[in-house]
Amino acid sequence: MDHIEVGNQCCSPRIEGIQKIQQSVRARKKQMEVLLGLLGEEDEVPCDCIFVYGHEATGKSYLLSKILEEFEVPYAWINCVEIYSQRLLYEGILSQLFSSTYTVTTLRCDNMCDFIRMFKQEAQAMNLKKMYIILDNAEKLRNFEPTLLAALMRLQELTRLDLSVILISEIIWEKFRCGIGLCEPLQLHFPQYNREEVLEILSLDCPPGYSEEFYTAYLRVVLSVFYLVTRNLRELRYLALLNFPKYCEPIKCGTVSESDQHKLWKNIEPHLKEALNTVYLREVSSFQWENYHTKDAVGPAKKVGDLTQSFNRAAVELPFYSKFLLIASYLASYNPARTDKKFFVKNQGKVKKKKINLRKDQPKRHILGPKPFPLDRMMAIFYSIVEEQVPPTSMIFSQITTLVTLRLLATTSNEEELGTPKYKCLVGLEFIRNVSQTVKFDILSYLNDFI
Amino acid sequence: MQLVQRVCDKLKLGEENKNDIILINLNGLILNDDRVALKDITRQLHLENVVGDRVFGSFAENLAFLLQALKCGSQECKSLIFIIEEFDLFCYHKNQTLIYNLFDIVQSSQTPVAVVGITCRLDVIELLEKRVRSRFSHRQINLFNQYNFDDYMNIVKNLLQLPEDFSDFLQRNQWNGHIEKLLEERGAKSVLRRQFETNKNIRNLKKLLVLSVSQISDKHPFLKTSNFIDAQALQTVDTKASMLKGLSLLEMVLVISMVHLTVLYEREPINFEMVYNEYKKFASRKSSLQCIEKTVVFKAFEHLQTLELVIPMTGSTLTTPKPFRLVRVLMDPIQVKEALQRYPNLPTELEQWASFMLSDIS
Repeated sequence: MDHIEVGNQCCSPRIEGIQKIQQSVRARKKQMEVLLGLLGEEDEVPCDCIFVYGHEATGKSYLLSKILEEFEVPYAWINCVEIYSQRLLYEGILSQLFSSTYTVTTLRCDNMCDFIRMFKQEAQAMNLKKMYIILDNAEKLRNFEPTLLAALMRLQELTRLDLSVILISEIIWEKFRCGIGLCEPLQLHFPQYNREEVLEILSLDCPPGYSEEFYTAYLRVVLSVFYLVTRNLRELRYLALLNFPKYCEPIKCGTVSESDQHKLWKNIEPHLKEALNTVYLREVSSFQWENYHTKDAVGPAKKVGDLTQSFNRAAVELPFYSKFLLIASYLASYNPARTDKKFFVKNQGKVKKKKINLRKDQPKRHILGPKPFPLDRMMAIFYSIVEEQVPPTSMIFSQITTLVTLRLLATTSNEEELGTPKYKCLVGLEFIRNVSQTVKFDILSYLNDFI
Repeated sequence: MQLVQRVCDKLKLGEENKNDIILINLNGLILNDDRVALKDITRQLHLENVVGDRVFGSFAENLAFLLQALKCGSQECKSLIFIIEEFDLFCYHKNQTLIYNLFDIVQSSQTPVAVVGITCRLDVIELLEKRVRSRFSHRQINLFNQYNFDDYMNIVKNLLQLPEDFSDFLQRNQWNGHIEKLLEERGAKSVLRRQFETNKNIRNLKKLLVLSVSQISDKHPFLKTSNFIDAQALQTVDTKASMLKGLSLLEMVLVISMVHLTVLYEREPINFEMVYNEYKKFASRKSSLQCIEKTVVFKAFEHLQTLELVIPMTGSTLTTPKPFRLVRVLMDPIQVKEALQRYPNLPTELEQWASFMLSDIS
């Protein structure tokens, strides 16, 4: 409880540091205050474990790294995505904190016991008082044994050193609990930025040569298209920077002045909508997108279509019979077996008018997904839709296994049931329509859902 | 742990015991298997095969050596006290070899050994194998939080007040008097009452107090009721609701559809196509929200998956195309409703639609 003392000796470098952080980090004042309070000043024991969570790109790592840099405390920063074995975690922490004694080549530490022993030893040798261990993407730690997380959470108690473990994650703390008791950390939420804050942060990277007002006006346009879909700051920033040259184009040509925002908006809006469906999904890379805007300005719709075509895997060249096999499998997957007679038997004889007792609200197959079917059924459909006589050679069957390895089909049966294999069709409607067009087969008239 | 620590400290202070006791601390969290545990024991006992801080020899050698060392001892030897934290985790070791051997030594009249296991599981005895259980003396000490609110307030006061031997006498009096006054206030009391009723745990209380105390600064040198209230507000946020609040509008629409669907299908798992169908119904009727392409909607859906607001069902992941993979929704309708109420700038039509969609939920 010696916090009160510190109040009297006004340490100016600290206040200066805080101001510096405040300048570089926007809209995170409250979080910064709480964090600074918990991490403590030089001679205070820091809080043993802090859990920082919030959406992607809400400045969690950024704020923390700024604080640590500013106050120059020893810390180890581990991104848990990189850690596939516990050894990497231990050695990473040790080599970052005690870089003078440990180099990556000589260090060997593969269990928690050794880690704590070495940690204590080194900390005593180097006379380190306060240390921080930051674990970014902490949700990956759940892939290890639960004891690892539990031990990390009480590292302060286990090592008896003034260290604090800070976990950063996108996922809420409730999902970390796992049977064995965990030391509950102090939780700190980073809320999503609101629209004004997003504008403020994005306007920081206003390109030179343009006024800030002009750029903010542009950002408003960008937000009007993208804000509905995503609030991810990183994504918005990327899209804003990418499309800015296009926005300025009419000004460069001299047709529109900088103040005429309505015309600029008219000009850019269709492009942004295009970008939403292409660049945002990474169907078109930013390089392609830029090229397409700067080099040639002809017919956007057609060109973008060209660009995305490489992405739409809807055009795969397959052998003739494979195509029919795939079509047959699709029909078998998405049609119930009882309708096969209706579609594929040539001479049905007298069709009895049965009362259809189909429930109206029964969900369609195209919503529920493909159902597994036995091989026999698929072959029966295959022979019925292929016009010519096909002998059931080994080639046909090897084509089926090829389709499985291409991930166009999937087997759902166990290995024991070699005699009666079951399959599922994995391709989408768009794909199969393209395939059936190439062999002049009208698939829609054979699908129960569309009749 | 603190209790055991105190007792050990007292034991060691006693003159005659000083040289007669060796303490060995083991922790189940650190010692994941018997091999590591054994090495740690040898290290802590400073036996012959320890050089510096390293232990040599294989597991079998270590065990044999240790057992032999313990067996050849008699009543005159130094007594050993094993303190085993997270005792329940040791029960998961293979064959429970380590605890079996420890208990065995306790039973037989060899080196005087005491084993103190610390655990939070009440059913820890059931985890033990029969042969291990029979060697265990079945003496248990249960530490429950048996205190009422008045005691609790005393604990708070003890924790917050400065100790007797604090250097600055004046400041100590000032601070302690202030704390005493503060704890009489209604606001502070109600915060603590709430804390007491949700969790009697002292550690949780400490968390609350640390959060409150960390707000003290040059400008506000004394604790205030508002500090307590802020700290509790920080500690008791509904984490899921606060994450929901940060979602984009499109993701919110998906969340509402999903919650609606789970109620409709009586908690059966759902897939993306169903959710998209619901979304289409909404978007076609309320035209002011621009209709968004399926692929973009799918990206939003996947974002919800990375946040683990919905989780995929196990099994069939490889044999089902992505849009048809079944997922389970981990959101409560009431949570969603609350999040919607606090959602900034919610369009009216979405609000109406949401209240319609969630209306059939009691």
